[in-house]
Amino acid sequence: MSVSLTRRQVVAGMGLFSLGLLTGCDNSVSLSYKYGKDLSDKILGRTFKLKDSEGNLTTLSSFRGLMPMIFFGFTQCPAVCPTTLARAAQIKKLMGKDGDILQVVFITLDPERDTPAVLDAYVKTFDPSFVALHGTLEETAETAKEFGVFYEKIPSGSTYTLSHTATSYVYDTRGRLRVGLSQSLSAQECTEDLLTVMEVC
Amino acid sequence: MNSNAIKTAALGLFLLGFALQASAQTQVNDAWVRATVAGQQATGAFMTVTASGDSKLLSVQSPVAKTVQIHESTMKNDVMSMQPVEFVALPAGKAVSLDPHSYHVMLIDLVGQVKEGDKVPLTLTVENAKGEKESIKVEAEARALNTMDHSKMH
Repeated sequence: MSVSLTRRQVVAGMGLFSLGLLTGCDNSVSLSYKYGKDLSDKILGRTFKLKDSEGNLTTLSSFRGLMPMIFFGFTQCPAVCPTTLARAAQIKKLMGKDGDILQVVFITLDPERDTPAVLDAYVKTFDPSFVALHGTLEETAETAKEFGVFYEKIPSGSTYTLSHTATSYVYDTRGRLRVGLSQSLSAQECTEDLLTVMEVC
Repeated sequence: MNSNAIKTAALGLFLLGFALQASAQTQVNDAWVRATVAGQQATGAFMTVTASGDSKLLSVQSPVAKTVQIHESTMKNDVMSMQPVEFVALPAGKAVSLDPHSYHVMLIDLVGQVKEGDKVPLTLTVENAKGEKESIKVEAEARALNTMDHSKMH
């Protein structure tokens, strides 16, 4: 109980209001989030294998010990992608020192046009710690399917744009999927839910 | 002041008057473009357009992009959908916002990087109910790629 109390105090010190269950890392008891959607009963993103901007093979376990927040998009996206990445950068700041374990991961849905160099420069404009992942068209399709991410090419004159799911998927430091954050939430709201995830891991 | 200077000044005033007259029908405010990183091929332009009489925004042109289109984005079940549109309706006197969450202008196949602080020329073609076309030239300021969209912040 003393451990719990300490944890409670630490969490209270962070200014968190939604203190629910204090559970250990090893069980998958669902947490109650004020804004996000609890995804702890879903198994998503366990098997993807993509490359980072330097060509290193990256999987979910590459982020062990960190809290990955995964978002799908493309750099030619005019609205939701830059807005969500700007929000992610703001969340990281709002989390203060705890923000160090938040690892923002941007997965391109447009590997034909998003070169590794453009992707890297793009995400690092928002925060130097952000990483961008890419795969072949097939790997991208498989990864999106694994996450239940919808995307579709929309022909537009001689070019195309993409419609896509705008949810950010957050894992705990043990690689267990925890919460889905909708695009409509503010940085403040997301931060509260992320601190709830940190309560357990 | 010599006569040439006077002529130049008069011409300037004449052109200014002409520009004011031409833009009296449709007002464009707060035009901005999201800056890009090198190699990025497209970006968005945003603004508020107010027409004095019922009109349509038909098209936009810019020297910074080979293709300029008007798109509409919609959000349903956390899926952002994007569609090109034929025109944007501009009801009389109503400020229509072209922002990241609804209609916006897509600058596609950029001729170069759009850097923060750049002035991006845009020419809007607006048609009124009588079928008369009007061209409005604006300079949109390029804002940082990581600009948070303030209309969406709560």
